[in-house]
Amino acid sequence: MSEYFIRSTMLDAKQAPKSNVGIVGWLQKNVFSSPLNIILTVVGLFVSYMTIKALADFVFFNAVFDATNGQECRPADGEPGGACWSFIQVFFKQYVYGRYPTEELWRPDIVFILGAALLIPLLIPKAPFKAVNSFLFFVIYPFLTLILLSGGDFVITGFFIPFIDLFGKTQGNFIFELSIVTALICAAIYFFGKSVGEDMKSTMLSIVVVAVIIAVIGLMLSSNFGLEVIETDIWGGFLVTLVVAITGIVLSLPIGIILALGRQSKLPVIKFLCVVFIEFWRGVPLITILFMAQNMIPLFLPEGGEAVDNLLRALIGVTLFASAYMAEVVRGGLQALPKGQYEGAQSLGLTYWQMMVKIILPQALKHVIPGIVNTFIGLFKDTTLVYIVGIFDLLGTVKATIENPEWIFPLQAMTGYVFVAFVFFIFCFGMSRYSIFMERHLHTGHSR
Amino acid sequence: MTDLAVKMKNVNKWYGQFHVLRDVNLDVKKQEKIVICGPSGSGKSTLIRCINRLEEHQEGDIIVNGTELTNDLKKIDEIRKDVGMVFQHFNLFPHLTILENCTLAPIWVKKMPKAEAEAIAMKYLERVRIPEQANKFPGQLSGGQQQRVAIARSLCMNPETMLFDEPTSALDPEMIKEVLEVMVDLANEGMTMLCVTHEMNFARQVADRVIFMDQGQIIEENEPEAFFSNPQHERTKLFLSQIL
Repeated sequence: MSEYFIRSTMLDAKQAPKSNVGIVGWLQKNVFSSPLNIILTVVGLFVSYMTIKALADFVFFNAVFDATNGQECRPADGEPGGACWSFIQVFFKQYVYGRYPTEELWRPDIVFILGAALLIPLLIPKAPFKAVNSFLFFVIYPFLTLILLSGGDFVITGFFIPFIDLFGKTQGNFIFELSIVTALICAAIYFFGKSVGEDMKSTMLSIVVVAVIIAVIGLMLSSNFGLEVIETDIWGGFLVTLVVAITGIVLSLPIGIILALGRQSKLPVIKFLCVVFIEFWRGVPLITILFMAQNMIPLFLPEGGEAVDNLLRALIGVTLFASAYMAEVVRGGLQALPKGQYEGAQSLGLTYWQMMVKIILPQALKHVIPGIVNTFIGLFKDTTLVYIVGIFDLLGTVKATIENPEWIFPLQAMTGYVFVAFVFFIFCFGMSRYSIFMERHLHTGHSR
Repeated sequence: MTDLAVKMKNVNKWYGQFHVLRDVNLDVKKQEKIVICGPSGSGKSTLIRCINRLEEHQEGDIIVNGTELTNDLKKIDEIRKDVGMVFQHFNLFPHLTILENCTLAPIWVKKMPKAEAEAIAMKYLERVRIPEQANKFPGQLSGGQQQRVAIARSLCMNPETMLFDEPTSALDPEMIKEVLEVMVDLANEGMTMLCVTHEMNFARQVADRVIFMDQGQIIEENEPEAFFSNPQHERTKLFLSQIL
């Protein structure tokens, strides 16, 4: 007890030992730290070498770049042979556009270029005019794409009320029906408001605005822009892959968020509906859904059900399927947030939607970026399943050209599939890297 | 009636079968400062969380600034505009800067122009002595600084009443002082305050009344000097002997 200690001189920091820093230190610590790790390193290097060599041989060293027909792609006897890239080159246009008519290819070209021009600044956090940019990309661009690719001139006659047919099967009938429905809803709200003693003017006004927007969209889609109508069954190739994937990606996130919020709702009916929806779509394989969309939608829609476009059915199927998965990913993010965030927002007087949009969702979504992008990548790859129901996406188109009699050579199928794999890899890897970039960008010091 | 900031009459609350608040009666006058203490699980946090409806009471009346708390969402939002709250774990929004934390509610709830909200936020950040941190994120601040931001964030809504739920219990000893100083300033300026805390020096310094709770009931209620020097109830004596 009698001994005590008081420090008289402070210690200086010493140099770290060599085994702790530098390349040597890194190698010692990470690659050659124990006999087992040395063996694993050597085996790993060997396996990598074999794989990369085989791939490089196929893709570059044994590959044929200047063939004019399948005969020239055949490897000499006893040679292992490689890819025949001329085959891809010859059919490249078909891989991108499918059977889209050659003289109309400027239309998908505009869609591609415009899409890239709008999407790239949207993805760069520092690019200005985010609000205008998002509006153009998420609201204007889809309609433009729809009209450009399909040619517009849709038949819209009104179908809400089957027995009203004042103007024949025309747009006039559509507008007439829309006005009746809007008037009925407004009347219902007016009387409901009266009975509760509240002024519902703003609610009614927003309903009228929505109706006008629907009318404008309907008129726009049904007008003739002088473009040749091109049915979706001759769309194909990467164009279809992108249409299905981007529609699915852009729509599944908001639908998934709504479903996730609904599943957490305190209102039992909303909660029940969301749970049923999510569990139904998660419980059924995507292929089954695509088949059912082909065969069952006509059963549900007695009149003109066959008119629902084949591609549209697949789109709806893929989107709702992805939404159910998205809902569960988002729910995970919502549950990871401490209760204090909700309480902090509530104590300041924020309403439910203000709290969700400003406080809860930005954090919840940030937490689950890896899961969201995982679902996006899964969806992107699952688009190849539409081939099963007779839609020729990239994979389907490549598969069709493999059977072309002019180009028959032993490694034809492999060449085609390596090309498809490469295209998909570029896009999926790009999404993956972007998500990591976003995670770092949104990091604001340790949370809480 | 109107000179009461909070009136609680026969308030009862249950968590399932568990009876957390038992017939609580409490009148808080405007500008009054009340410190609530008691052992853990005695219902003191629940009591003040009922005042801004973070918890729902099942029986009795709670009237805040003349407005009765019912299931009416509009009235709840009105009351929350007038009643600020500071939490044990700060509950700052980690994805927003300090300034954005402070301006969020004025901009969205009070529909205040952004420039005005920022001016007010800077005013209060200066009052809690951290204007230089305005553009940092909460994760970059110390606990004491974060708690002062939380106080400034509440003040930006210009509340009539402030609720403090153990504001210093999650802080390191060296940081408790800076938060208490801010709270003392606030008390001296005439804010109505209900404060759950075990900082007995703070209670002596600013409280008009100290309330001791146990098992969901108010056991003893007195002026701070009398409360500490001459506790009446056995349970209060035991509690004070253990913490002092």
